[in-house]
Amino acid sequence: MTLAAGGSTFSASGPPCYSALVNDWICPAYVSDRRTEIADALLEHVLITLAAVALGFVLALPLALVARRYTAVESAIVAATTIIYTVPSLALFALLVNITALSPWTVIIGLALYTLTILVRNMLAGLRDVPADVKESAVGLGYGPGRLLLRVELPLALPVIMAGLRVATVSTVALTTVGTLVAYGGLGDLLSNGIRTDFKAQILTASVLCVALAVVFDALLMGTQRVLTPWTRGRK
Amino acid sequence: MGEAFAYLLDGDSWSGSNGLGQQLVQQVLLTVVSLAVATVLSLPVALWLGHIGKGGAIAINISNIGRAIPVFAVLVLLSVGPVGTDVLGPFGRAGAATLISLVLFALPPIITNAYVGVRGVDPEIVEAARGMGMAERRIFTRVEWPLALPLVLTGLRLALVQVWATATIAALVAGPGLGNTITNGFANSRIDQVTAGAILVAVVALLLEGAAFAAERLVDPMRASRRANRHSQRTPSVPTVEPIV
Repeated sequence: MTLAAGGSTFSASGPPCYSALVNDWICPAYVSDRRTEIADALLEHVLITLAAVALGFVLALPLALVARRYTAVESAIVAATTIIYTVPSLALFALLVNITALSPWTVIIGLALYTLTILVRNMLAGLRDVPADVKESAVGLGYGPGRLLLRVELPLALPVIMAGLRVATVSTVALTTVGTLVAYGGLGDLLSNGIRTDFKAQILTASVLCVALAVVFDALLMGTQRVLTPWTRGRK
Repeated sequence: MGEAFAYLLDGDSWSGSNGLGQQLVQQVLLTVVSLAVATVLSLPVALWLGHIGKGGAIAINISNIGRAIPVFAVLVLLSVGPVGTDVLGPFGRAGAATLISLVLFALPPIITNAYVGVRGVDPEIVEAARGMGMAERRIFTRVEWPLALPLVLTGLRLALVQVWATATIAALVAGPGLGNTITNGFANSRIDQVTAGAILVAVVALLLEGAAFAAERLVDPMRASRRANRHSQRTPSVPTVEPIV
């Protein structure tokens, strides 16, 4: 291991905690000196995560509806999403490179495929748990299938769907780091650069930011759910 | 794709140090050892917590925490930090850092599922066993453990999938395993090698999952009765919780 501190920006006096000779884990000077680079990585991380989860959600909803309509297809869809989930992320990205080359889409599509496992299952479970008498009442009131789905079934299934969305989002934040394989890993790129240059401050900062990002997303989704489903608030 | 299969069928790709053969052995060894260590470390505690009904918040939240922590970050922190990247016997470069990461990420699914499995046993059944004069030890071994077994095995299967995936990522910190074929392929702009490595990793992952799934079915003590029920009458199905990790 060399002591090269992974940067070119140290002045003659050197920053207090990272330089050719100092390599501290905790280093506020690193964060302020490299704030643009850190913000860029963070932004890329957020965008990849959001795109992947959004794509996963858009794919999962029709899959869940088809699976619910045709029971023969249900086990096939659930099995397919489980099989995708079994493939390690590094391998999935490597396989997707054949189709999407070295682009952010490699990571976004790969991560979206992973979210299908939990999203499809929870959508199915949420829709299945809607009480039959509630559906009958809606049909009796003259609700067609479309309006029944949008106005009755999806709102009642929302807590379970949102629980799935939270799990999917938190996992996606963590897995985005592996996207560094194709150089689109958001904070993961800071991690791999950090290990190449043995730069401890960069590694710890990126790690902490990544966990913090997962916590923030989780809290935001929890808040959204509380706003969207006011009727669940009284219960515990 | 065709070139990738050609790479896989070429004997030279498999031989030598850091060939596919050595990497495969390394990764299987890492997976088996870390899964065994994680099971020995956590399963007894998780089962016991489930039996006495305490520590549920920790047992369940550990899976949520595990999900939020990037595997790659832990690998980097350990290998740059105190554990280092020295070669560890058959586990290869950064073997210790990789093993520790694998054990850490195997723990959450094992703990959560074992706890939920024991805790989820119908309290009336446990009461009945107690009423029959069964000692606590016997209640656990004869009632709770058999009923919890399917979920315990689900936890082990999820841990296996997690460990295999994590072991693949170890290559990103220049660690051991089949991920090296993928990362080296990228470094040398050899897309056939990248794809070949990915296919091998995916195929072994699916074989492991399939084997674990079969074992799960085989050991499930309720399998026979469930099958009987299916023919006779529709019994209300027990909702099986399968926490995704």
